Amino acid sequence: MSHEAAQGLPEGILAHHFSSLERQNEAMRLGMWLFLATEILLFAGLFTGYAVYRFQFPLAFAECSRHLEIALGTLNTIVLITSSFTVALAIHFARTDRRRAAVICLVLTIGFALAFLGIKAVEYTAHFHERSLPGKYYAFEGVKILGAAMFFTMYFLMTGLHGVHVVAGMSVLSWLLWRTLQGRYSSRYYTGLEMGGLYWHLVDLVWIFLYPLLYLI
Amino acid sequence: MRLSEADSARLAGALPQAPTYLQDGTTVLSWLNTRDHKRVGVMFLASVIFFFFIGGIFALALRMKLLQPGPYLIDAVSYNRLFTLHGVVMIFLFLIPSIPSAFGNFVLPLMIGARDVAFPRLNLASFYLYLAGAAITIWGMLQGGADTGWTFYTPYSSTTPTQVLPILLGVFVVGFSSILTGLNFIVTVHTLRAPGMTWMRIPLFVWGIYATSIIQILATPVLGITVLIVAVERFAGFGMFDPARGGDPVLFQHMFWFYSHPAVYIMILPAMGVISETVSAFSRKNTFGYKAIAMSSLGIAFVGFFTWGHHMFVAGQSTFNAGAFGILSMFVGVFTAIKVFNWVGTMYRGAIAFKTPFAYICGFLYFIVFGGMTGVALATTSLDIHWHDTYFVVAHFHFIMVGASVMGFLAALHYWFPKMFGKTYPEGWGLVAASLIILGFNATFIPQFLLGNYGMPRRYYQYPEHFQALHVASTAGGTLLGFGFLIILIYLTIALIWGQRSESNPWGSKGFEWLSASPPPTHNFDELPTITQMPHDYRTHEPPGVLHVA
Repeated sequence: MSHEAAQGLPEGILAHHFSSLERQNEAMRLGMWLFLATEILLFAGLFTGYAVYRFQFPLAFAECSRHLEIALGTLNTIVLITSSFTVALAIHFARTDRRRAAVICLVLTIGFALAFLGIKAVEYTAHFHERSLPGKYYAFEGVKILGAAMFFTMYFLMTGLHGVHVVAGMSVLSWLLWRTLQGRYSSRYYTGLEMGGLYWHLVDLVWIFLYPLLYLI
Repeated sequence: MRLSEADSARLAGALPQAPTYLQDGTTVLSWLNTRDHKRVGVMFLASVIFFFFIGGIFALALRMKLLQPGPYLIDAVSYNRLFTLHGVVMIFLFLIPSIPSAFGNFVLPLMIGARDVAFPRLNLASFYLYLAGAAITIWGMLQGGADTGWTFYTPYSSTTPTQVLPILLGVFVVGFSSILTGLNFIVTVHTLRAPGMTWMRIPLFVWGIYATSIIQILATPVLGITVLIVAVERFAGFGMFDPARGGDPVLFQHMFWFYSHPAVYIMILPAMGVISETVSAFSRKNTFGYKAIAMSSLGIAFVGFFTWGHHMFVAGQSTFNAGAFGILSMFVGVFTAIKVFNWVGTMYRGAIAFKTPFAYICGFLYFIVFGGMTGVALATTSLDIHWHDTYFVVAHFHFIMVGASVMGFLAALHYWFPKMFGKTYPEGWGLVAASLIILGFNATFIPQFLLGNYGMPRRYYQYPEHFQALHVASTAGGTLLGFGFLIILIYLTIALIWGQRSESNPWGSKGFEWLSASPPPTHNFDELPTITQMPHDYRTHEPPGVLHVA
């Protein structure tokens, strides 16, 4: 008899080297939090760069910030915060054995993620048209102060890396959706879904910092 | 220490041996698709040794050129490429993964009485990421390689026509492997310790790896984003570090050294862990100052994050910054000294068995003390201005990174060779190679200390003729060093194939990794051992080779 069956668990959930599911869940949570720490440090390099150049070119940064589409930025913030809420709901429904509701919430979350990318694409297109681009491609007529190109370098690096994380988060969520449809998550075991949710919250949280830095101040 | 009855009976030979991890599936696929931490460790070991020899060949080629002051053997551009590749291969493909990924993977779960690391699949993924990163780097080398030096300083690295991009991407991918291994070890130590293993009973090697993992997790992502920005700068002209577009190249140096200085502790802390284990085992004496050694590892990991500015004393930072970074750097010396005194305290009045690993322990102590002292001297801003970017710096960091780290690696390789493969290596040849390596190493780098002090700048293709004697001495030493490594490679390969079967615990070591059979069975233990005492407790006397089973 496998030690999963001994603990009354379905096959394929408890790895052989863990003595109990509690221990394994603890390991997964710790692992995920450590991974989130590495993600924050990855972004930290860009936040440092932003701080340095904002300090160096305060006028250009303030001026360029005013040329971003604040309405779209705000809309995207609302979209992402709502998606964080729906993924939290999905976990809640999974742990209370309401699989259908969990599936709907996951689909909604992925939908919001797509909407976020769509809105971002609209903004990027506008930047391409008015040539408010980073570094050597900068030819925007609106702002012609030293450091304006640097603002857009930071803008594209930060939103670009964040966008990559949105896509990664979407893939994780789609995979979790597939596993939920298979009926893997229930009140007995839902840690995998919880980890995906944590990752998505991080993606949301990074944007919560990007939004004021790039659009508001 | 208490083992299950089945395990202790098996060790005593009463029960048939369970198949070892080496016998459990012998196809190539069973290795490539394994989840076993021991097999992943062995695959890492083979890979890092391979890259060590590649990097070593580059080093020897450089030393051969430097026999002559003028152009000789290779042209200047190839010379620049060679020292870049030597640095990149040795640091990212050998030193950083060497002890943690190879030996850490193999013995850490055994030491804490676990059946595997917390995330075995992630562990295998880490190995493949390492291979992928290495493959990209090699591809970059075959395309012609980079000539920036392993430090990739901007704006040169974003403008040079050589192949910087693949090397940067290789470093980025290998960094992920390093992060995942560190993450796995931290979670393993937190969640998979055997019953009775409190935090103050964890073997010191595990403390060393734990401290290393903290650095790997917190520093490596910063290097990742830094090389990524340089990559974007190269192919898309973003100009974040480009002074022509308002960028600040010194910002690159800050971000680069924020990782790359702590990276030195990624290389040395595991070696210190190996020394802490072996010094007890070969002195047959309980570890002196266990808590001090364990906590000083964490101390080095912590203070290591606040010393990066000492690489930039001449990059225009304020006197206050330079002073603060200098003093913080010296704290590393304090923690290292705590360790050295405790190791020597462990040896004092022990029953020393002067085997090959012990020779490397002695070498390690010598290299860490001299390398460390020259490090403290370099952290003094006024002295650094004289020595900055000279061979003095090169000799200093080779004393630590090659001298000390490689001593730790070789001590581990010989100490755990019977554990990993169940074979005996020839002790006589071991001592011959150890003496060759320690002598050769001194002959290579002591002349470089002198050259640096006379003002020979690092990375220069040509030099004034009156430096030639010292350069020739250094090359002669390097050749000796190369022979030493070659001897080890030969006798270990022979031992691996035709070597005598070793006993389960040939050293009579009381380290916890010897609680399992050698080589261990796939799942390490039938029943998890219960730990009731400190590691390396030699107060009870038994003949070597017999485990104390309570």
